[in-house]
Amino acid sequence: MAKVPIQFTLNGSEKAEFVESGATLLNALRDKVGDTSPKGGCHQGTCGACSVIIDGELRLSCLTLAETCSGAAIITTAGLAEGGVLHPLQRAFLDAFASQCGFCTPGMIMAAKALLDHTPDPSREDVVEALSGNICRCTGYEPIIQAVLTAARSNSQNVA
Amino acid sequence: MELRKSYFADVRKDDLHEIGQPRPRLDSPGHVTGKTAFFADHNFPGMLHLKMVRSPHHHARIRSIDTSEAEKHPGVVRILTARDVPHNVYTILILIQIGPEDETVLADGKVRWRGEAVVAVLAETERAAQEAAAKVKVDYEVLPAVFDMEEALKPGAPLVNEYHGQNYYLYDSGECRKVRFGDVEAGFAQADHILEQSYQSSPIEHAPTETTGCVVAPEGNDRFTCYTNTQAMFFTLDNTSIILQMPGSKLHFVGGTVGGGFGGKVDVIVEPIAILAAKLTGRPVSFVYSREEEMQISSPRAAEKVVIKDGVMKDGRIAARKVTGYTDAGAYSRHSPYGAQKGAGHYPGPYTIPNVWIDTYCVYTNRTPSSAMRGFGVTIGDFALEVQMDKLARLIGMDPLEFRFINAYRDGDMKAHRQPTEGAALIECMQEASRAANWPVAEKYMAMSSYEKEA
Ligand code: FES
Ligand code: FES
Repeated sequence: MAKVPIQFTLNGSEKAEFVESGATLLNALRDKVGDTSPKGGCHQGTCGACSVIIDGELRLSCLTLAETCSGAAIITTAGLAEGGVLHPLQRAFLDAFASQCGFCTPGMIMAAKALLDHTPDPSREDVVEALSGNICRCTGYEPIIQAVLTAARSNSQNVA
Repeated sequence: MELRKSYFADVRKDDLHEIGQPRPRLDSPGHVTGKTAFFADHNFPGMLHLKMVRSPHHHARIRSIDTSEAEKHPGVVRILTARDVPHNVYTILILIQIGPEDETVLADGKVRWRGEAVVAVLAETERAAQEAAAKVKVDYEVLPAVFDMEEALKPGAPLVNEYHGQNYYLYDSGECRKVRFGDVEAGFAQADHILEQSYQSSPIEHAPTETTGCVVAPEGNDRFTCYTNTQAMFFTLDNTSIILQMPGSKLHFVGGTVGGGFGGKVDVIVEPIAILAAKLTGRPVSFVYSREEEMQISSPRAAEKVVIKDGVMKDGRIAARKVTGYTDAGAYSRHSPYGAQKGAGHYPGPYTIPNVWIDTYCVYTNRTPSSAMRGFGVTIGDFALEVQMDKLARLIGMDPLEFRFINAYRDGDMKAHRQPTEGAALIECMQEASRAANWPVAEKYMAMSSYEKEA
């Protein structure tokens, strides 16, 4: 099968790979680039575990062809902590017990980050809506919603 | 909620400095940074992908298997059938002497449920494995199938599993697990009312976000590392050792990180065949269920049927209880004989009843094999019992909570399976529930205690 060259930035650093034509971004990130933070829970766009941010927008990497990402800026949960300091969302998920088995967590955090990037002061309804594409089977959604609201509050305190 | 210090004050240590305090999970930092390594996060150069050819029939004889077209498919490395598996017939609980071995790793001569694994295809890519699997030709002679437990128990029903020879698990007590306590017929004779009801449940899928699977890497010295999301590490290790006829010292299992299990990952299904594939090809192997397989192939909670007959007195005492429970194991035992047995011990519920008769059957049908799920053998029974309790209370015109106080088990009461009750707390829980739910009961019930009987 023909291989296609692609180039993009992942969490700010440049990456170049040859991928199979038709490969998903999820497989390219996990198997080629070695960023296993996006998870494959369904490979059919129904669970949200593979969520990443591409050029500022939340995307399901299992439904995104890798070859369409050339030149893109991709952000994953693996790149959120800066200099060993957790991002407010990571801190809040940790403190609020919003992650039990952890399989849904990187996708949840991406969906929450995409929300807070656009809507720094979300209502509870905004959070529920933003997480509606992400399935968690362990934690229960309440601690997750609370964690996102807590992170939003701590963000605005930092700005103030 | 306030902890009521008066309960069990003499038997309780009050140095519970962890309870009520938030404690971060040890694995959370890995979860929130995406660093936690699940089995599928292990990747090896040259890794092969395993896909199963599965039975499209509920019950059929296999006349022949033709893999010649599939073998020619580009990227295919090896195809495995029943002949390749050293000890192909197994059962998980054989480790605790619950036999006979009744399930095949790869179907041999017969399939007993729709979705059963027949042929394993190994290829360079997942896609090649999937495409080649579609080219395997299996010639089936379809057999009559049975899906209903009571049908399966009737004489003349199609025989699901020849290793058992009948459509139920044969306990040492016979065709069912039995509990006999007091004289249930005498209890019914003296009762003011009799209520017989039946309750039924469907199979329930755990649907973990991470699907079942494993990644196996040969270590180059006839030893294999298996990264797995099993919930039953040592069961899996020992069963794999039996199936592959390999000493456990050759098997290196790495796990404990499970992306949601809920009991759905305690069966030994993916590891033996993936390790065998790695052994026969000398290459790393990945075998991961698709979401569709997780929903359709992995064991669900068993379907159950519970028939409860109770005799109750006007004053609220239950005089006799007779329960017949049916657990649908599907085509193979897995953990179901154990689940059905748990039900037998549990059916009187947390109530003291002087006359009890219980039969629980573990039944084989041509449905997806069922297995463990949170409280299996007990959860559906509890649903049935508590609905029955409400109905009984209504029948005699009594408050349903007060009705439970009257029948609640208390320390020293003999249970039907002849274990004396110790450390009961039902009365105290119900007192707390009565306050919390603002569901008042008469003062005499609020004065009761699990460990001190009123004179
Ligand atoms: S893996 Fe992409 S949505 Fe489930
Ligand atoms: S924590 Fe397990 S799926 Fe969300």
